[in-house]
Amino acid sequence: MNVEQQRLKQADKIVSLNQVRTSREEKMSTQPFIRVHNLWKEYQQQVVLERLNTHVEQGEFITIVGASGCGKTTFLKMLLGTERPTRGCIVLEDEPIPDEPNADRGIVFQKYSVFPHLTVLENIEIAGELEHGWLTGRLFGNRKRALRKQAISMLEAVGLGNASKKYPHQLSGGMQQRLAIAQSLLKKPKILLLDEPFGALDPGIRKDMHKLVLNLWREYKLTIFMITHDLHEAFLLGTRLWVFDKVRSDPQAPEAYGARITYDLPIDREDANDFEQLKEQLGDAEIPALSK
Amino acid sequence: MRRLINQKPSRAAAVALGILPFLLLLLLYMLASEARLAENPNDKLLPAFGSFVDAIDRLALTPSRRTGELVFWQDTLSSLSRLLLGIGISAAIGLVFGIIIGALPLARAKLAPLVTAISLIPPMAILPVLFIILGLGELSKVVLIVIGTAPFLIRDMEARVREIPAEQIIKAQTLGGNSWQIIIRVILPQVLPRLLAAVRLSLGAAWLFLIAAEAIASTDGLGYRIFLVRRYLAMDVILPYVVWITFLAFATDYLLRVLSVKAFPWFHTQADQEQKA
Repeated sequence: MNVEQQRLKQADKIVSLNQVRTSREEKMSTQPFIRVHNLWKEYQQQVVLERLNTHVEQGEFITIVGASGCGKTTFLKMLLGTERPTRGCIVLEDEPIPDEPNADRGIVFQKYSVFPHLTVLENIEIAGELEHGWLTGRLFGNRKRALRKQAISMLEAVGLGNASKKYPHQLSGGMQQRLAIAQSLLKKPKILLLDEPFGALDPGIRKDMHKLVLNLWREYKLTIFMITHDLHEAFLLGTRLWVFDKVRSDPQAPEAYGARITYDLPIDREDANDFEQLKEQLGDAEIPALSK
Repeated sequence: MRRLINQKPSRAAAVALGILPFLLLLLLYMLASEARLAENPNDKLLPAFGSFVDAIDRLALTPSRRTGELVFWQDTLSSLSRLLLGIGISAAIGLVFGIIIGALPLARAKLAPLVTAISLIPPMAILPVLFIILGLGELSKVVLIVIGTAPFLIRDMEARVREIPAEQIIKAQTLGGNSWQIIIRVILPQVLPRLLAAVRLSLGAAWLFLIAAEAIASTDGLGYRIFLVRRYLAMDVILPYVVWITFLAFATDYLLRVLSVKAFPWFHTQADQEQKA
């Protein structure tokens, strides 16, 4: 049994222990920020996701865990617009999500998110230039100066103030991810999508990145969807945890049924003991993600 | 004693080792030339170095009696201008079509099979067609170089464009870029250094087509001169010309590399880093 499956099982236990689980749909107001309505995704014969129904409010920080190949990334891609739902729809502020990426939805991938041919500062500036310099993709004069000011303050916000003249390959992995986040934030996206953004980073650097993301999330009042393999990270950062898993499974035809959101778990960050309590009840040894 | 695969020469030793084969070849030539000339002073096959000096003096430093030109420099100028024009046009075509085909799936569906088919035509086989249609002037020679190298450049550029990680293109879209802006701000700057690298690779082919076209129909040029004096077995002219062409090929390659390093520092430091890793 691989680590991921183990973690999922543990997530299972955590959920069954958590008696305060609430049905979010009852609490929702009439006009949710994001509404996922009867969403299916199929590739030919293979069903990846089936019958997803959920609501997300502005300002939520949703962390998504689940086994590999269970459709987490597919779901994120549908939010991003690079994949289309087979059936159903995702509605963002009363409009169906467009089927190509745009400035409403920012993304940070695990890697390759920054432009290698631009310096750190230019990497931020291009975020402001692409939309406005329609012919050259650049800005000049006063607008450029204003943009530069904004870009520099953004760099300082993510702790890259001293690296503005460097090229991305001269940065460490953590700094590259800071840059990628800063790039996205300059566009003030309605949703920020993070696809295992810290998966390739060292544990120490990861801790710094957690702090950074939480600060930015508060400061910019972001709505974040983040995929992670690290259950600890999911609990630490999220206000709401989703577990993607298959509800039904036919051993003869494993591709016949898709994954659903099997657990939709509010994480009360005000009660910081929540996680500690769970941890105690389960015992440290039960959660490999914690003992790391 | 360390293993052979772990023994690296010092810098000075590497230079010396690099020069050694050249010196040996030169020595071998001189010995062979001397041996032949001792037997027959009129031998033309392996002329002595004195003959080279005479030939160079005659062609490069003395105006031609017939036209009043310095033949050697006139040949060099003609050949280089044909070569640079041809490779320049090829590079422009390669860049534009490579990016269009690589970046736009609709264009790829339309153009990629055509480019593949054209790239499979042996350019020398259609040289007569070029002569018939375009005449024997400069145009047909330049067009031969273009036909010979452009398909390779287009296909290489297309491959380089498609190598750019999809994450970057998606990211650029989330930053509000449209297709045109993404092409000129994200794709173009990243494939330019790769274009220079591809041009350097295709220079060999360009020289081949240039010499071939000049040999068949021309009134000046390095290739023309070599093939002209061939009928007099004038090795004293041919060999210096070959050395000169080799040097020109080396110099263009070197200049392109320097240009690339100067213009695209990010590309080269990145490549160095990947090599070390």
